[in-house]
Amino acid sequence: MLKLLLARFQQGHRTAQYPEMPPTLPDRWRGGPSIDRGKCPVGCFECGDTCPTDALRIQSGHLGLDMGRCLFCTECMQSCPHGAITFTQEYRLAARKREALVVEGKVEPREKLLDEKLRRLFGRSLKLRQVSAGGCNGCESDVNVLGTIVFDLGRFGIQMVASPRHADGLLITGPVTENMKLALKKTYDAVPEPKIVIAVGACAISGGPYIDHPEVHNGADSVVPVDLYVPGCPPHPFTILDGLLGMLGRLESEPAWMARFRETGERIAAENLEAMKTWDLPRAEEAVKYLGADLRHAPPAPKDPLPVEKPRS
Amino acid sequence: MTALLSVRSGKAVERDAIPRLEFEDFRRAIVEAPSRRERVAALFGTPLQAREEGVELVVVLAFDEEGLIKVGSTVLSGDAFPSMTAECPQVHLFEREIAEQWGVVPEGHPWLKPVRFVRSQRPGHDAWNRPESEAPVVGVMPFYRVEGEEVHEVAVGPVHAGVIEPGHFRFQCHGEHVFHLEISLGYQHRGVERALVGGPTKRTIPYMETLSGDTTVGHMTAYCQVLEALSGCRVPVRAHALRGIALELERLANHTGDLGALANDVGFLPTASYCGRLRGDFLNLTAMICGSRFGRSLVRPGGVGFDVDADRCRLMLERLQTALRDTKSAVELLLESASVGARFEGTGVVSQEVAQALGLVGVAARACGLERDVRHDHPSGVFRLAHIPISVWHTGDVFARAYIRWLEIERSCAFIGEQLRALPTGKTRVPCESKTLASNRLCVSLVEGWRGEICHVALTDDEGKFSTYKVIDPSFHNWFGLSMALRDGQISDFPLCNKSFNLSYCGHDL
Ligand code: SF4
Ligand code: SF4
Repeated sequence: MLKLLLARFQQGHRTAQYPEMPPTLPDRWRGGPSIDRGKCPVGCFECGDTCPTDALRIQSGHLGLDMGRCLFCTECMQSCPHGAITFTQEYRLAARKREALVVEGKVEPREKLLDEKLRRLFGRSLKLRQVSAGGCNGCESDVNVLGTIVFDLGRFGIQMVASPRHADGLLITGPVTENMKLALKKTYDAVPEPKIVIAVGACAISGGPYIDHPEVHNGADSVVPVDLYVPGCPPHPFTILDGLLGMLGRLESEPAWMARFRETGERIAAENLEAMKTWDLPRAEEAVKYLGADLRHAPPAPKDPLPVEKPRS
Repeated sequence: MTALLSVRSGKAVERDAIPRLEFEDFRRAIVEAPSRRERVAALFGTPLQAREEGVELVVVLAFDEEGLIKVGSTVLSGDAFPSMTAECPQVHLFEREIAEQWGVVPEGHPWLKPVRFVRSQRPGHDAWNRPESEAPVVGVMPFYRVEGEEVHEVAVGPVHAGVIEPGHFRFQCHGEHVFHLEISLGYQHRGVERALVGGPTKRTIPYMETLSGDTTVGHMTAYCQVLEALSGCRVPVRAHALRGIALELERLANHTGDLGALANDVGFLPTASYCGRLRGDFLNLTAMICGSRFGRSLVRPGGVGFDVDADRCRLMLERLQTALRDTKSAVELLLESASVGARFEGTGVVSQEVAQALGLVGVAARACGLERDVRHDHPSGVFRLAHIPISVWHTGDVFARAYIRWLEIERSCAFIGEQLRALPTGKTRVPCESKTLASNRLCVSLVEGWRGEICHVALTDDEGKFSTYKVIDPSFHNWFGLSMALRDGQISDFPLCNKSFNLSYCGHDL
């Protein structure tokens, strides 16, 4: 017993202060993409050729990046000779509408709020049944993480339950394989009305790395209606948490720390680009030639930087 | 009898050099493998070249003591061959897979059922003579049944109670007593292996990173070794060290998470909640290197995608030490608690003979006293220079599988600490051209992932494209081990046994 208490003391209190305090994200983490349209010469689409999931496309003359397909692999950023694509620290990526996942400029948080009626029903207590439908278990892992003491989903009244009959909705991961289609449909039908569906991860939104395989159905909304899309491969737990809380109207739209958080994020995105200089690849060198000039315009480091995970020197 | 060709992990050989044996010799090479202290690492079909009709079978045997891999092939004449499973149970699932993928029947197979419930790759050939017009339905197959008074059947899945991948489990029970557990998977089948053929393409790397999402570094390292062998690229030592660090961080995170899950299953909540958090701390260490908690974009052909400077190393070391200290206290609580011991010890026992016969790998094998560890037996990269002792325990029960994890956590931490303190200097990546791979080659690549042996086998065609890319996740060898662990156990032991193996569904289903 004494040992138990000692261990308890040593392990301390570890629940993240979010949303009162900003989330802690690794400095090299790749969040929402940002496209600097001004840098794209007319007719250039070099990035598009490297994207494994064809997430990039040119629509009415400008480049758009579909976060619903994006694996955040940064191939496009590395292959762009003009430095037009960067990945920021923006973690608020979830959206109610599929189309809203396309980024054409600076990434902005998307609308997530549920209708008034549903929000009144689920706002203080939401029970979800998770269905895994053919992904790689990466998304499941980071959904599971929300149950640990660090995120402690329970404190927001959100809980993963064992049976669809006890649930208010489904949280789906994976592209929906042919072999899981029926099971998913049956699980959905077993959830009592009214119900909501949350699609987590590139797979569940679009098919992710397996887009257009004959063995998969390109995402959850091919089988059931989806109310919230959470992009990422896998999404960071904070992205999922933000999606869930935003949907329920449990977040301030612009908390006090947000301005500084964003500033720091932009600075870090610029620093990450600079790191490409050390990647000894001809393509990257070329990119840096263009980026070098741009880095001068990077926002200056704030005097009192926020506690992002950054090595102390 | 023509001998098999001896090769080494991560080295390419010409396809012409692989002996094509008469079926009888091929069969003998396999069924006698265990007596030569070799085991089956892979056995698969590949289409014959130049429009020949039929299927070629390729076998990859691992001779661990010598660090050798032996390969050979044979051509099947007709749509059937005599099954080898009765004499060499290690091939039981491989033969089922061959039957399903190529529409050939291993005659006399005691357990011939579909694996992923897909159509064969040779139209018009089906091992179960199902009509063309009928698509196979997942989970529909003759399940093993025990008949008798008071015998009953419990079926669970594919959708389970937790946040977990789908699979179907059927228990044949008498009261709480389990006679047998049959596991039927295939729900996560998303056609990755099929899609790898004709590569490398721009999707190949995402495929490799998501073969099993919790083993991104392991599978990517195996793939990169293949690519580097086929393109003659020499990876800088600094990159090898960083790959090794990432591989061990992956092991740390998963092992810690598993110990927490085991604690949770026996209701020992302090360790469950501490380990849940600590797993995240280890994942965040990986994210310190590459930004992704799962090591996405970290291992890249020709090296690694990210470098770490001295400050980052120092910070990582600090965090590693704190995490190890906390993990130690959490795990000691667990393993020293008498009530936990009572649940762990003697539960889900797999004997060494069974483990050997089934060809188990990784933690599951080492928990049965089998000294099997690719890092030691077939070392590549940094493991040629830095040796991590093999962790073994002999009891074969849940306790052993938990204890091995703890031993490995300590040893992996020591290894990472050593590497971070003395990282070799130099480049982290060299160009590795994937467009011009050597043609008509075979390359086998082994890596000890956190679950066990990851085996990739690539065959290239005349143009240097993959004509077959075979991936054997450790789970493929080990699922039957879980069935055996449940025999004569209690149905209520299932969650605990399942966690103690923690196998991959998606890695099996591909
Ligand atoms: S980061 Fe996204 S958009 Fe860019 S190449 Fe990768 S998948 Fe495509
Ligand atoms: S979105 Fe990415 S991480 Fe999630 S299941 Fe699919 S492949 Fe895995």
